[in-house]
Amino acid sequence: MAFVGESNIVFRRQIRMNLRNPAWVLIGIMQPVLYLVLFGPLLKPLVGSFDTGTDNAYTFLVPGLLVQLGMFGAFFAGFGLIGEWREGVIEAERVTPASRTALLVGRLMRDVIQLFVQALILVGLGYLMGMRGSVGGVLLGIFITLVVGGACAAASNALALTTKSEDVMAPVINIVMMPVLLLSGILLPMTIGPEWLQKISDFMPFRYIVDAVRGSFAGDFGTSTVFWGAAWAAVLAALGTWWGTATFRKENA
Amino acid sequence: MITARGLVQTFHTGRGKAAKEVRAVDGVDLDVAEGEVVGFLGPNGAGKTTTLRMLTTLLRPTAGTATVAGYDVVKEPVQVRRSIGYVSQVGSTFSGAYAGDEVVDHGMLYGMARGDAVRRGQELFERLQLDGLWKRMPKNMSGGQKRRLDVVMGLIHDPTLVFLDEPTTGLDPQARANLWEHIESLRTSHGATVFLTTHYLDEADALADRIVIIDQGRIVASDTADNLKAQVAGDLVDLEVASDDQVAVAAQRLGAIGQAVETDGRRVRGRVERAGRVVPSLLRDLGSAGVVLDSIEVLRPTLDDVFLTLTGRSLRDAEAGEASSSEGEPEQKEEVA
Repeated sequence: MAFVGESNIVFRRQIRMNLRNPAWVLIGIMQPVLYLVLFGPLLKPLVGSFDTGTDNAYTFLVPGLLVQLGMFGAFFAGFGLIGEWREGVIEAERVTPASRTALLVGRLMRDVIQLFVQALILVGLGYLMGMRGSVGGVLLGIFITLVVGGACAAASNALALTTKSEDVMAPVINIVMMPVLLLSGILLPMTIGPEWLQKISDFMPFRYIVDAVRGSFAGDFGTSTVFWGAAWAAVLAALGTWWGTATFRKENA
Repeated sequence: MITARGLVQTFHTGRGKAAKEVRAVDGVDLDVAEGEVVGFLGPNGAGKTTTLRMLTTLLRPTAGTATVAGYDVVKEPVQVRRSIGYVSQVGSTFSGAYAGDEVVDHGMLYGMARGDAVRRGQELFERLQLDGLWKRMPKNMSGGQKRRLDVVMGLIHDPTLVFLDEPTTGLDPQARANLWEHIESLRTSHGATVFLTTHYLDEADALADRIVIIDQGRIVASDTADNLKAQVAGDLVDLEVASDDQVAVAAQRLGAIGQAVETDGRRVRGRVERAGRVVPSLLRDLGSAGVVLDSIEVLRPTLDDVFLTLTGRSLRDAEAGEASSSEGEPEQKEEVA
């Protein structure tokens, strides 16, 4: 099918450029790794009192960092697109008969693959530090992360093509990401907070996703926590790809 | 090859009280025959790029219709894209990717098999004197090489109609002359129809069979360079007399054989039909009247004169005016998005 072929051409082009500059993959994973190594030990004496079903600091922390990686890493994917747009690459691609959606999907494939590699590194390090988790649960957790990451990457690409300016995009991402980070229970569970804070965090979809990945790492597959988190991930993915495709298909972009 | 009727592109600029609608392209009609090389000339901001973007399906016309290579740009954009090559002003390759890879991927997006794209790409590299640069990154290329790489990108799928948007802007004279040769060979060895925008008069003069002049979103002329120049009444004769008291006499004598005579210090200028024939007798005439000349110049009409005749402004003034009032620079795509 032409669409798959075209997406593949775009994907291979992107991956080729990424492999030529693998530093970015490593820079992207620096932040969660630092949290793991420098913040993880602080959780050790506390995690037992969290009432999240685990007394292992890393089993608690790695799922949160994984989702954080999915959101942050992917949100910066759009910056590369602005560079490409400025050099005329996007326009050159849009003047070919290739599907405009394929131009986006090929790039999303790159973002998801990159996220997958980073996730494996993070989880591997987690195991080394003493994290415990069943292989199946960890894989499900990574899968949910990839879905969320794909959604964020699509949104990031759409934002990039709409703003066409790093100077606009960076503050927008910051404004969006700070409350997401603070209200999702990535570093500490929301359940230890006062009631008003928990109420606010109830409105944060990413919180359910963090809970779901955490639950899945702990092996609680069948629970409604995992179900709702996965459902939210799917909803966000649908919204993200819808926005992304709409932006790429727009006649005047 | 191209038929456009009443093409219009409007966009909105400013907010609140400053908000206004700008008609970047204001009812453009165009006809380009197969095999023609047409130069689309106008000052910056006249609507050249906007028109081009509508013809290449990158921008949906606000009003009007256009058929390009036999297909409607709004209803059959994919077929249009398949048939045309587009060399944009801003470039087409990523600075940090290998030139050859970019070309091959581009060809594959046109549905070419990898092998064909490689073969065709290498052939074009040779033809455009880019041999040996297949594994070079655009950031390490000269301006001229990069432009030629953009031309390769535009030609990879062997289009029969090629759009070039200000192909030589920013190039040094040598690189320009070199690129001109390649553009010329597009038709001679390739049989392609070429539509190129430029704000360089000499470029339009050197390359195009026919020149279409656009100003403030409207076509103001469309003809061969020679016919356009013939519209300007005669050659410019520019005299510089030796002393101020001879200016009046010189102006009177020049006025007897020509028109639009004006003086500027010790200089006297006027338009004269067939200057080659009448200037010798003018010189004798001036000599016998005791006028001593410091210099004399006879200039054939240029396209700048044509533009001045058509619009009342010189191209250079038109550009300067545009630059000073250009918050809503219509050539910029952000504004239109």
